[in-house]
Parts: sequence; structure tokens; C-alpha cells
Amino acid sequence: MIDTLRLTAEGARRLIERREVSSAELHAAYVAAAGQRDGELHAYLRLVDHDGGAGVPIALKDVISTKGVETTAGSRILEGYVPVFDATVAARCKAAGLPLIGKTNTDEFAMGSSTENSAYGCSRNPWDPTRVPGGSGGGTAAAIAGGLAPWGLGSDTGGSIKQPSALCGNVGLRPTYGTVSRYGIVAFASSLDQIGPVGKTVRDVALLYSLISGPDANDSTTVELPEPVELPSNERLDGLRIGIPTQIWDLQGIEPGVRASFEAAVETARSLGAEVGDCDLPLSFDYGMPCYYLIAPAEASSNLARYDGVRYGPRVEAPTYREMVEKTRDAGFGDEPKRRIMLGTYALSAGYYDAYYGQAQRVRTLLIREHRDALERFDVIATPTSPTVAFPIGDKASDPLAMYACDVMTIPSCLAGLPGLNVPSGLSDGLPVGLQLIGRQFGENTLFRAGHALEQALGFDGVPERLR
Amino acid sequence: MSAWETIVGLEIHVQLKTRTKMFCRCAAGYGGAENTQTCPVCLGFPGALPVINRTAVEWTVKLGLALGCQIAPRAVFARKNYFYPDLPKGYQISQYDMPSCEHGTMLVPMPEGELEVGIVRAHLEEDAAKTVHMGGHTGRIGGADYSLVDYNRGGTPLLEIVTAPDIRSAEEAKRFLQLLRQTVVELGISDAEMEKGTLRVDANVSVRPAGSGELRTRCEIKNLNSFTYIARGIEAEAARQVEIWESGGEVRQETFDFDAGSGTLTPRRSKEEADDYRYFPEPDLVPVEPPAELVERLRAELTEPPAERIARLGAELDLERALVLVTGGLDRLYEATVAAGAERVAAANVIANNLVGAGVDPAAVPASELAELVAARDRIPRSVFDEAISQAGAPGFSAAPYLAQEAVSDTSTLDPVIDAVIAANPGQVAAFKGGKEGLLGFFVGQVMKETGGAANPRVVSELVREKLLR
Repeated sequence: MIDTLRLTAEGARRLIERREVSSAELHAAYVAAAGQRDGELHAYLRLVDHDGGAGVPIALKDVISTKGVETTAGSRILEGYVPVFDATVAARCKAAGLPLIGKTNTDEFAMGSSTENSAYGCSRNPWDPTRVPGGSGGGTAAAIAGGLAPWGLGSDTGGSIKQPSALCGNVGLRPTYGTVSRYGIVAFASSLDQIGPVGKTVRDVALLYSLISGPDANDSTTVELPEPVELPSNERLDGLRIGIPTQIWDLQGIEPGVRASFEAAVETARSLGAEVGDCDLPLSFDYGMPCYYLIAPAEASSNLARYDGVRYGPRVEAPTYREMVEKTRDAGFGDEPKRRIMLGTYALSAGYYDAYYGQAQRVRTLLIREHRDALERFDVIATPTSPTVAFPIGDKASDPLAMYACDVMTIPSCLAGLPGLNVPSGLSDGLPVGLQLIGRQFGENTLFRAGHALEQALGFDGVPERLR
Repeated sequence: MSAWETIVGLEIHVQLKTRTKMFCRCAAGYGGAENTQTCPVCLGFPGALPVINRTAVEWTVKLGLALGCQIAPRAVFARKNYFYPDLPKGYQISQYDMPSCEHGTMLVPMPEGELEVGIVRAHLEEDAAKTVHMGGHTGRIGGADYSLVDYNRGGTPLLEIVTAPDIRSAEEAKRFLQLLRQTVVELGISDAEMEKGTLRVDANVSVRPAGSGELRTRCEIKNLNSFTYIARGIEAEAARQVEIWESGGEVRQETFDFDAGSGTLTPRRSKEEADDYRYFPEPDLVPVEPPAELVERLRAELTEPPAERIARLGAELDLERALVLVTGGLDRLYEATVAAGAERVAAANVIANNLVGAGVDPAAVPASELAELVAARDRIPRSVFDEAISQAGAPGFSAAPYLAQEAVSDTSTLDPVIDAVIAANPGQVAAFKGGKEGLLGFFVGQVMKETGGAANPRVVSELVREKLLR
């Protein structure tokens, strides 16, 4: 009997290597677990048969193109769309022998922080099914926390890997921009989108990152990693300098339980030998959100223009081309993509470009500098990942601004293109709290070392209490 | 129209003949069945990303250098956003405010001196796909029953060249375009054939009272698909504007299609709202930063530009002959033939008339052999000369066997033939004697015909003249 709730990817790999279990048997175990619990969790949009790989099975967020397997990005407008090609990351998983378990739920076009914007229904948090798993990568996070996948890939534009990982008690990495190919990822905001690994442990995440990262001839924004990925095995953090932005103490809406868990994690880091000090990111906290909500929708308004009903996806017939496009897009897009298309179209319009999109890009440069300066004094910056634990389904669904505020601490480093790792720091009222560690450009190995030592010392049990 | 001056600026699109498309590995160019030269990238599938075609960038730099442009150390592709069925991504990737080439000039040799045409910019972009409107009468989207899209052309590299409004007449526009086309063809970056759409020209036309410095409202003419039509379209549009101004009206900014058949300009339906393409830098691509060594290598590869060659050859021949030689791709052979000892005008005429008329590839002709033929042109029988010319491009061609066949200059052989021709054409004889000396050619021609081209035309001419004036 395979305990899918406890088994790590590393553990699964060991079982396969010792021939105690086959890849197909593992795959079957996760599919069976999904049969048992996914009715409630709705982590998967579809499950697939074992594809013959010999490795540890994997779940892929439904923004990742998979050849021959429907890929909808959580949107009606891509219902029935079956890619003719694999995304580079999907191809690399295949090449590494990782069979696909299924495609996981996401907010429509990865726009959201709860999966409530999915056109195919919201996923539920395995720790408390009345609550959201976070978003947009709530499906992958719920699948891993619920024992329906050992690991998976998500996409992160402003927090879509880190925040659901925090809310579901997983480890999740948003890599340095440019280290993982975006080829074949249904685009939301091209200058921000990054694919990254989610798992139960930092070592699993580091291993998966080593499989998917590196340059891709099909994505000109990718680069060679300056150093190979190292699987962390350290227990101490001697000499590691951790900066805490003073701004987080003034931030509205950080729950006391989140704050307490964060402070305890910082104390643990200190006890492991880390030097903790204050850093200053005033512009990032004041302007990160507005800057993001100009750049991301602007790029989205353009990226989503291709969904016109001409070549793929459902079409609403009409007498003229223009009417057909309008009706197709009206029927195919949900409220959140429509909202962002309108925001972005406005921000790019003649006469407004300089005041909005142009200004946001200039602010972005300032945020990059501010982070760079802070990371000259510190090796990592630490904050809570999410100001709150998982919130009840429906709580923020009608208030876009409250929903956007979920990402206030994850967004600035995304704009700066920096890597960020969520490591579970503990529980608050029985729900997971996440610690966000932000590193320098290409500083993933440092994040892995810091995350691994903390993970070992904190001893967080990633299996939801109700499923133990 | 003497009181009015025409101002023309041109926008030229040149389809590059790279092996693959601008941003994907699909084969570029014509020939494939509809929608067979496509992939996820050029069809705008979700997640597909563009990758810049290095050759297209190099060729753009090359053309920029040939046009004397400054080459941007950093050029940026932008997205031009609009909805159209032939635009699969909903945006066109095009250089915008940071193009690869700016501030060039082209000197166009004209009979009255050189015309300097400023090149505002030359930038790289991707072509749209091809929409075919089916049914209806107009072939346009309005009134069509349905439309089909062929994405083979979508994503082909296009170079857009924009001139300053430095052109003052239809004739100047035509000369400029001939020269630009020749430049592009010689660089080997495009076939630049208007009938195939690999060279497309839009003209911006305005008029003003001659001598005034103002710039009045301009109109754009599209659908100009030959150099002659471009000239006619510009003339028609200038005339239309002059008439409006002279009758007290005001020219409105409009876009016209020129119908060459009827010579009429048809306004395009004006759009309800102004275009707002919401340009922004393409985040899927990194800036184009051609290394200085590359630019210098490409600069070193440039040969003498056609305009300079026309000016140089024009000085030793005449402008018209020089233009024909250079824009016909004949000047290299001409120069080699002259260098091999041929007389200039004779060499130019033989190459531009006889050789081209016989359909011989000038690149295949050995200049030294041709020089001998040119020198022997009057000495050997015309039929032999023509035969030699037609074979001049064949592998291993030698003039020697043809040169051995002397034309018939022997009076005793020619006399009876000439006498018979004179006897058979009493009317022409009378006219000649009455002063129509041009008829000499007629008699010579008749004799040549009777001798099967074997007679020496110079000797025949002398003999005929002698006999008729006797």
C-alpha cells in the first residue's frame, strides 16, 4: 500500500530504483487517491493514463500545453483545445520519464488567488474543504497536499505558485525569470510568467527545478544557469544573512497567527546560525501592487487577443467577422479576464501609455534596483508569503481588490524577476502558514539551502490534520 | 500644373527571401498548398513564442548600410495590436520606435542632376497571412459571402522602408524605386517582384504651390503594383488635389486604391474610430543588438551601389543607357567587355539589345569573347553574329569559329542582288532620289534579306548609295 499523502517524490524515486514499486503502480495509486478525494477537492480538470515513463508521476497545471491532452487554462474559450505540441517543461518532464497524472485546476488564465475564477469550478483546500486552496495554482497545491500527486508544476505571474503553496502547506518555487522556458505555457503576462516546481519538500522542489530549468531555443528570454542546481543537505544556516523588510510590520491585514508563525520561523533561523536584520523596501510595498496591475493586465490584453474563434476553441457564429469575434470572446472569457483585458487595453491606449504602462515600467526599474540594493546586504529576504491563511470560498470572490491584496508580498519580487521560495512555517488555527524567501537573481541554491535547514528544524507535517 | 509642385513620400515593403519565417522555422516563400507552411508559432497557438530569425536581422542591417543608414546598436520589437483574421496572434510583431536602421539617404541620378531622397527608417516586421474573400463582387471583405485565410505567408519577414517626402514627381518616384529595387536584388535579400507581392509600395502624395515651403494634407495611395502604375497613380492623385485646391476646396486626408485599368482612385471606407494599435515592447523577445564586428563585416561586403554605378557609367555613356545596364543587372558584363577592348557604345548596345533580346544570362557570358564579337559586328554576316550572341552564354563559348566567317563584301557578288532590289522597287527609288534619304536603310535591309544576312551591311550601304545617286 502506497501512502500517497506521505510519500515524497524523492521517496518515490527511491522505491522505483529499488524496484519495490513501478512507475505505473505509483501512477495508479495517485489516480486511485484522486478517485477517492478529488470529488471533494476538484484539484484535477482531467486525469490521464500512464504514458509509459519510468519515473515519478507528476501533475501539471492546465496552463501547460500537453500534446494530445486538452489544455484549457481554466477557460471556456479553450474548451476542447488539444495542443499539437508539448510545452518545453512538459517535454522535459517526459524526457525525464515523469508520467503525467493529470492537468490541474487554475483560475482562468492564471488570473486569481483562489481558483474561484476557474470556468470549471473552484478547487478546495485539503486542510479545510470549505476554504480555497489559493491561486491561481490551487489545483496543483491541493493535489499535492491532498496526496493526489507527489509533485507538480505551476506557473507564477504575481504569486500563483508561492501563495497556493502557502495556503496548502507545500513547498513551491517561483524561479528567477529566464531560467525556465515559457514555451507552450498559455501566456498571461509574458514579462512576469514563470514556471516552477511544487512539492512536499525543498529537496523535491530542487530536484524538479534541476529537470526543467536551463536554456530553450524556443524561448529567447531563457538563459544558461550560472551554476548547477544542488540538492540541499545542510542543517545549519551559519553566516546566512536574512533581511526582513520593515514595511511588513505596518502592512494592513496580516493576520496575527501568520505574524506569529513568521516570527517563530525567523527565530528558528537565528537559532540555526543565520544573521537576521532589517531591510528597507518602501517603494516595493507602496508601488508594487499598482505597478503589477498595470503591467500584467497590459500584457494580458495583448496575449489574450489570439482567442478570437478563428483557428481553435469554441466559436459563436455571427454574420460578420467582427461580431463573431465579439460574441466568441464575450461567451468564452469570464469576468476576471474581461476585467484585466479592459484594464490593460486602457493602460496601453494612445494618450494613456506614458501615464500608465510607461510609468509602471519605470517604477519596475526602481523596484529592481531597490531589491538589488537590499540583496547586496542580505543573502535572502524573508516575509510571510500570504497575509492570511486559506480563506473561506466566496469570501473575496465579489471583491477584486481584496483578492488582489493576497499577493501584496509576493508581487514585488516577481516584478524584479527574482526567485522566491515558499516553505511552510507552521499552522494558524489548524491552517498552514507560508514563509517566503526571496533570493538574488539565480540565487535558487541559496534559497534551497535556507529552505531545507528551516524545513528540517521546523518539522512541519504537510499532511492535512483531517487526513492523517 | 506648372504652378503646383507634387510632394511624394514612399513606404516600401520588401519581403525577404530568407529560408524560414521571421519568428519560426516554417519555410518562407511561395509554392506550398494552403496552410501547409505553418506551425504553432505562426498560427498563434497558446503558449507558442517567437524567436528572431538571425538572417533577417543581418539582411536588414545590410540594407541599412547600403542605404547609408545609422544602424541601431539596440533595436526593439514591439507589438502592434489589432484584430484581423489574417493576424493570428491579435498583434503584429514589428519594430516601432526603435528600428534597426534610421537616417539614410539614396542619391538618384536624374538627367538634371542627382536627387537626394532621405530614408527615414528601415525596420523589420512580420507579414500578415493572406485573406481571400469569397463570393460577392468586390473581392473585398465588405459584400463577401465568406473569407478564407492562408497562413503560409503569415510570419514572413518584411522590411519596411520609409522615405522622407523628398520626391517631387511621378518620374522621380519611379526612378527611385527602380534603384531601390536594384539595390535590394543585388544584396540578394529579396526578389522584390511587384507582381508577386514581394515588393509593395504605398505612396503619400500632397501638392503645394511651386516654391512654397508648406506641407499640405497628404493622401495615401495603396495597391500600386507596378512602377508604371505607381507613376500614373501619383499623377492622378496630384491632379485630383490640384483641382480641389484650384476650385477653392480643401483636400481631406484619405486613403485610395488606384485602379490601373481605368486610371481611377477609389477611396477606402474611412474607419469610424482612429487606429490605436496600443504598441508596447514585445516581452517575448530580447532587444536586437548586432555586434559591431558583425556590422563592420557586413559593411565590408557591400559593393559599389547601383546609384553610383549609374552615375559613373552615365558619365561615359549617357544616363539612359547607364540606367538600363545597371537596373538590368548588365553593367558588370558591360564593364568587363569594355575592359577587354570593346568600344563603349557598341558594347552597351549589343548587351542591352542583342544579348537581352536573345534571352542570354549576362552572368554566363565570357567578356573577352563578347568583346571580340562586338568588334567584329560589322565584319561578319548578321546571321552569324546573331547566332553567336544566342550561344554566348553556353558553357565554353568561344567567338573564334564565328569570326572566321567574313561577311560578303565582294562587289561582283553583291552588285546583281542590289540591282535586282533597285529594279523591284521603283517607287522607293524615286522617293529616295527626291530626298528621302532615310530609305537607304530599306534598300540595305532588302539586300540583307536576299543574301540571307550574309552581306556586309556597311559595304551594301555604300554600294546602294553609289548606285542610286549615280
